[in-house]
Amino acid sequence: MRRLLDARTGGLLALALIIALLPLILPNKFYYDVAIKTALNALVCVGLNLLIGYAGQISLGHAGFFALGGYASAVLTARYQWNGFAAMAVGMAGVGLLAFIVARPILRLRGHYLAMATLGLGIIIAIVLNREIPITGGPDGMTVPALRLGEWRLIGTTTWYWISGGVLLIAVWLALNLIDSGVGRALRALHGSEVAAETVGIDTTRYKVLIFVISAVFASLAGSLFAHAERFITPTEAGFMRSIEFVTMVVLGGMASTYGAVVGAAILTVLPQLLTKLHDYEHLAFGAVLILVMIFMPKGLVPTLQNRLRHLVGGQPR
Amino acid sequence: MSVLTVENLSKGFGGVQAVAELSFSITEKRIHSIIGPNGAGKTTLFNLITGIYTPSSGRISLLGDDITGLPTAARAARGIQRTFQNLQIFFNMTALENVMVGRHLSLRPRLLPSLLRLPASARADRETEAQAADLMAYVGLGKWLDADADAMPYGALKRLEIARALAARPRLLLLDEPAAGLNAVETAEIDELIKRIAAGGTTVVLVEHDMKLVMGVSDHILVLDYGRKLADGTAAEVRANPDVIRAYLGAGAA
Repeated sequence: MRRLLDARTGGLLALALIIALLPLILPNKFYYDVAIKTALNALVCVGLNLLIGYAGQISLGHAGFFALGGYASAVLTARYQWNGFAAMAVGMAGVGLLAFIVARPILRLRGHYLAMATLGLGIIIAIVLNREIPITGGPDGMTVPALRLGEWRLIGTTTWYWISGGVLLIAVWLALNLIDSGVGRALRALHGSEVAAETVGIDTTRYKVLIFVISAVFASLAGSLFAHAERFITPTEAGFMRSIEFVTMVVLGGMASTYGAVVGAAILTVLPQLLTKLHDYEHLAFGAVLILVMIFMPKGLVPTLQNRLRHLVGGQPR
Repeated sequence: MSVLTVENLSKGFGGVQAVAELSFSITEKRIHSIIGPNGAGKTTLFNLITGIYTPSSGRISLLGDDITGLPTAARAARGIQRTFQNLQIFFNMTALENVMVGRHLSLRPRLLPSLLRLPASARADRETEAQAADLMAYVGLGKWLDADADAMPYGALKRLEIARALAARPRLLLLDEPAAGLNAVETAEIDELIKRIAAGGTTVVLVEHDMKLVMGVSDHILVLDYGRKLADGTAAEVRANPDVIRAYLGAGAA
């Protein structure tokens, strides 16, 4: 039983099984599309959780990185006839570079400063995407060509279901590897005690910048895949509310839990789709979820449930 | 040989001179203690030596190299480690992981091998784990290997900080009140541990209020009062020094 609860082996297997078996109960295209959005949101959240949950830093601008990735793919393939994979890679590299340039000065500061700076960055990105109409199409958004692999056009919800599911699985594997390595321990250490981390020789600024860049690159990749999967992108993807949604997903699922990030993304992507009649109250609901989780389950859904389960099977509570 | 040399070191906080014109040196492979009344500047001195504070003036050198301007992490790389009076444990990790973090400088983790969990990276991690487990046994925490740090009692956490500091294989180990809050039995164990660490070739500097412990283990004692050096020497010399008696017991006692 302990073995099954082991994050690395059991969890990855369970996630792979869920992704493999889910199509059996997905009735139509609409649900496939929800599943794709879930996987791509989860991809952002797995990266964001490395930053928020493990390294203890906050970003309120990850939707900006997501949208930049999406627009890099959209603009380079639609207007400049680039190969989709090259555009995706350039998007990731560009977003990584932007995150690095922004993070270097900010991450010397602590707490609220990073939140404010990333908030500002997200808003600037949204404004640029809205205003640069000749390039981005402005508020109306733009259509995105299909991603091509040789002669094969990657289109259709089923194809994209497997692509996004596969990428998510790999991302989870990478995140789990990272957390359980010297790099991951350094990140968790600077979260636990920055002064002690410095004292044992960890260059905390460097590690904060590193994880900020990695999480931004995850978001950029998710944005690129989103653009190709939906074949359409608008600047609302860069909006402040989208950034808040990502943070809420991470907090709900459980900070410092990679599977928590996936579960949080799943719940908060699927619920609004099923409750479309209550669309007007969506933001209210996100706010309420954030507050309730903070009060009743400050560790988030997955860690809290894991604890209960471990307790039940008689293991060490953690 | 002198491991650490402090020359004319001063640190002021607004109007308060926490450390003033302080000069002393720490010789290798011995146990040094820094004592003094509360507020004498002992912890401030540790914070200056480890680079957590920047001095107002003065110079700190390690093995002859000026380290006054170096950041904390760079000083760690040169062999300075410390523990904290108010524990600085990574409470979001297990006890073993806390000690593994102490191996950071020798492990030198790299991003790509870590992300992909390449065999070399995984092997280095397993070695680090084994070394950390050995160190936990060394400080007497053998039964806490799998414990989460936030589930451990205070006395065990004190040792955990020592194990984490030792994991970096320091040349100079600064212990800030390792016996504070411990009972007599635990203090005796810490006493024995400090002697073992010094015998292993690490220079130990101790800030401590437990005089029995200080007098018992120290080869050399530095007495601070209001950030200034009041006296230094062996335990017997310090104990007989009239200035020390006056500072500790009041003017009438001298």
